[in-house]
Amino acid sequence: MLDVLVDKLVFDLFGLAEGSPWGEAFHYFVFDVIVIGALLIVVTHVMGLINAYLPVERVRTWIASGRLRGSEHLVASGFGAVTPFCSCSSIPLFLGFLQGGIPLGVTLSFLITSPLVNEVALALFLGLFGWKVTLLYAASGILLGTVLGWGMGRLGLGAWVEDWVWEIANDQGRKETEERQSLWGQMPSISREAMDIVMGVAPYVLAGLVVGAAIHGFVPVGFFEQYLSGEGLLAVPASVAVAVPMYANAAGVLPVVESLVTKGIPLGTALAFMMAVVGLSLPEAMMLKKVMKTRLLATFFGSVAVSIVGLGYFFNWVL
Amino acid sequence: MTVTILSTGCSTCQTLEANTEKALEQISEDVSFEKIEDMEQIMRYGVMSMPALVVDGDVKVSGRVPDPDEIAALVEE
Repeated sequence: MLDVLVDKLVFDLFGLAEGSPWGEAFHYFVFDVIVIGALLIVVTHVMGLINAYLPVERVRTWIASGRLRGSEHLVASGFGAVTPFCSCSSIPLFLGFLQGGIPLGVTLSFLITSPLVNEVALALFLGLFGWKVTLLYAASGILLGTVLGWGMGRLGLGAWVEDWVWEIANDQGRKETEERQSLWGQMPSISREAMDIVMGVAPYVLAGLVVGAAIHGFVPVGFFEQYLSGEGLLAVPASVAVAVPMYANAAGVLPVVESLVTKGIPLGTALAFMMAVVGLSLPEAMMLKKVMKTRLLATFFGSVAVSIVGLGYFFNWVL
Repeated sequence: MTVTILSTGCSTCQTLEANTEKALEQISEDVSFEKIEDMEQIMRYGVMSMPALVVDGDVKVSGRVPDPDEIAALVEE
């Protein structure tokens, strides 16, 4: 339906030839701007609603209640996925969880998934790769948080947290005094914040789609296969290493990656790259350095990075 | 009356600061304004999402940025 409309606009109204580089590039751009724009608006609103209904304080109480019987890591990781991520909240969340009596490993489960599976990434994945790849991405992210948090919890890394953190954690602090409005009453502010997020990432998404469109139109299909297919053993770790500094531009990087996949980059390598771009957040690392000793921070980010490389190989092998 | 912002210096925190300044210009009451960036002090408010707005020691808003009108209404309450 939308496809037909965009066909009309690009090929009839603008008179670009179907199958020509300019025609294909322009068609891709217009189509994706509409689809991704709509998805961004919908997903940020849905996430805003979930978050208003389930504020992190309530999640903390629930996890700390001890009623989850062993599924704490999975639940913490799942909530990490649905809470909007801001590196500015990394420390308050970390401290708040420990303060609420939640074990370090469970807290780490939350911290791993929180940046990795976020509303902007989900909207972009849905628009660019469809629901199957999105589901695969979200499920691997939540699984990663669950398993790594559990593993690090077993290692007993409590001594690697800065000492003053435990002093605060043992002091119960004051009770939450914030009054929450009804969900309906919060709707205007939920919507305004959702639109703020959309407008904030819009320049990156548009820039990414321009580059993606150019690749779609002008780079021949299978171009990268000649260089990267088959052996390309180093491709996965290399792309993870390259990805880390790109965190700030994650929204612009994803459309480019999608175009590269259609031109022959293996999906597993691309997924590993994107997980690293979105999940290995440098700003988060800088913040967490204040509360974690270097060994814990290195273990935390190192194990996430290594696992992403592992997942990349796995997807390349299975998909 | 004291209005306090809990901030970690990120961009949303800066927006809250700017909005609060605008709100305080709107209202006639005598209000003192302070910003807390020290993490240990922030944690004593029991807040888990940044930034947060505190009026006379009570956390009014956390994890989102209200617009100047909403802040003015919260302060005047």
